[in-house]
Amino acid sequence: MSSRDQILARVRAAVAGAPEAPEVTRDYLTTHTADDPVAVLDLLHENLADYRALVHRTRPDGLPALLARLLAERGATTVLAPPGLPAGWLAESTAARTDDTPASTAQELDAVDSVVTGCAVAIAETGTIVLDGGAGQGRRRITLVPDHHICVVRAPEQVVASVPQALPRLDPARPLTWISGPSATSDIELNRVEGVHGPRTLEVVLVEEGTSTE
Amino acid sequence: MSGTYLGMPSFPKAAREAVHNETLRGNLRHATHTIRDKRAKAVAELSDWAQLREAGKQIKDRTLRHLDQYLVQLEESVTAAGGTVHWAADGDEANRIVAGLVKATGEREVVKVKSMATQEIGLNEALEAEGIAAYETDLAELIVQLGEDRPSHILVPAIHRNRGEIREIFARTMSEWGRPAPEGLTDAPAELAEAARLHLREKFLRAKVGISGANFMVAETGTLVVVESEGNGRMCLTLPETLISVVGIEKTVPTWQDLEVFLQTLPRSSTAERMNPYTSTWTGTTDADGPQDFHLVLLDNGRTDTLADEVGRQALRCIRCSACLNVCPVYERAGGHAYGSVYPGPIGAILSPQLRGTESEIDASLPYASSLCGACYDVCPVAIDIPEVLVHLRERVAGQGGRGHRLEKAAMKAAGWVLNHPAALAAGEKAASKTRALHPRRLPGAAAWTDSRDLPEVPPEPFRDWWKKNRT
Repeated sequence: MSSRDQILARVRAAVAGAPEAPEVTRDYLTTHTADDPVAVLDLLHENLADYRALVHRTRPDGLPALLARLLAERGATTVLAPPGLPAGWLAESTAARTDDTPASTAQELDAVDSVVTGCAVAIAETGTIVLDGGAGQGRRRITLVPDHHICVVRAPEQVVASVPQALPRLDPARPLTWISGPSATSDIELNRVEGVHGPRTLEVVLVEEGTSTE
Repeated sequence: MSGTYLGMPSFPKAAREAVHNETLRGNLRHATHTIRDKRAKAVAELSDWAQLREAGKQIKDRTLRHLDQYLVQLEESVTAAGGTVHWAADGDEANRIVAGLVKATGEREVVKVKSMATQEIGLNEALEAEGIAAYETDLAELIVQLGEDRPSHILVPAIHRNRGEIREIFARTMSEWGRPAPEGLTDAPAELAEAARLHLREKFLRAKVGISGANFMVAETGTLVVVESEGNGRMCLTLPETLISVVGIEKTVPTWQDLEVFLQTLPRSSTAERMNPYTSTWTGTTDADGPQDFHLVLLDNGRTDTLADEVGRQALRCIRCSACLNVCPVYERAGGHAYGSVYPGPIGAILSPQLRGTESEIDASLPYASSLCGACYDVCPVAIDIPEVLVHLRERVAGQGGRGHRLEKAAMKAAGWVLNHPAALAAGEKAASKTRALHPRRLPGAAAWTDSRDLPEVPPEPFRDWWKKNRT
């Protein structure tokens, strides 16, 4: 008998006399936050900052200048931009733009100063951004190996309040990366230390509708 | 180091040594108290915690009741997404499968995500015997591996080490494994983390094979989920060409939606965070993103035996959050090593004897490694009634016979009579106080019971007398 058949047979024998399990009662909340886009965005901001992400807010017309400033302040001379990143976003930055190709090695990525991406969805209650590899987000590795990640979140359409609201918007067939603040460890006497392996600096730009002159 | 625990002393013996180690007790007390207070706050943020806990329990129970169907469904989904599924009845079979897969790549080293399942089966040692070096990449696992030590906590395996000990381990041993620790390394946590970053990065960037476990496997979609903090998991799941995941069959959940429960309860119960820094999900392989060759090894290794026990099977609901360790008064004093298993603390006390059976000295002693105070049940996010299972397993061990149990029964019967007769109790207390200087530290004739218990000192006067004098 194969191990597969053996394990399945053992499972069947183990539960043969067990009572039927009831249907799952899902009487928990689908959100813990009032249905107000402004409050939800403020909560996202607060929770991102609480986990030591650097949070910035702007309007769409102010985004290129903000990204240019953040890259300059970081002293970034190279910036990695995934395919599908809106062309205008990096228009004002002087950092040399490099692309992630399947042939790029991890060592090459390690030499890049910063990476700029969009996201698929952001979750306010947990301060989480989720990347799904779609346009403007790139392969998993580009937000992993470089030390500085700037992630742009478009509000309100990419912002949800809660985990139960986020999951139906995500496609499990895609490689998903959920990011809540920069890489951190608490393994040394439970002191939180940022950036053991992932990017040590995570900056999140919340872009709200409208224009900056409003 | 050794991942196997054969010949470990019984819990009482190991615990007695541990409670006399003041550094260990200090490290543990600081760590468990910090994390338990933080957890309580994180849980209090969710007004529907009780409902989430009940839903988590029900999802797992339903999965276990129909585990055969869900495993078959999982196999189909993973295969359809480009992965290959292997089945391992025990640890040896899983180790053989993994070693074979690594050898087929032509590689001689692998990077590993922290995984309880691979610890449980001693995978690193099995690979070493086949000439394959397995590098642990979680900071705490690295500390344990470099220190030739054993993990002592599910979530924070090096919880028993303080920063001074960690500095010493890094400075002494990093050069034997790869990039040495920087000159003049101090014990500042940031410096220690940086040393680990540099040491491990060279391994990540050249690794061709990664090995992981998983926190969850979604049957309907074939998706695996790894929840972590440091990014070492992301490195191992992203950069290698081949990914091998070894996962216990009980980690299955039926649907994608079910994750909405566990992604709320797991981080808050384990690290006391609203969400852990990184969660990765992968479904088979994806073109040009991540490993192009994915293998899932489904591990039984005693899980079906556990499933067959109608009281004990609830231990399989465990999502390895470790909240029960952090509230346990016994764990706090005895430390994780005393449990003689990769699963320490209250959950270890019920899981290990079920996975491994109760024949060995250590496994027969584990159901007694508890005061039955119930704190572990209160914090468990999937409502495992650990005290109930402990008592159930004590019955099983007692049923095996052995010295001591008859004596314990007789002592309890006598105590019951005294407690039911107040006059006898009062007289006994008075007599005990008067003669306290003469009392031995151990009861003669009851060695099997008292060897593992230091008798408390008798107070100078009975409580009743003290009350009369001071309160009436």
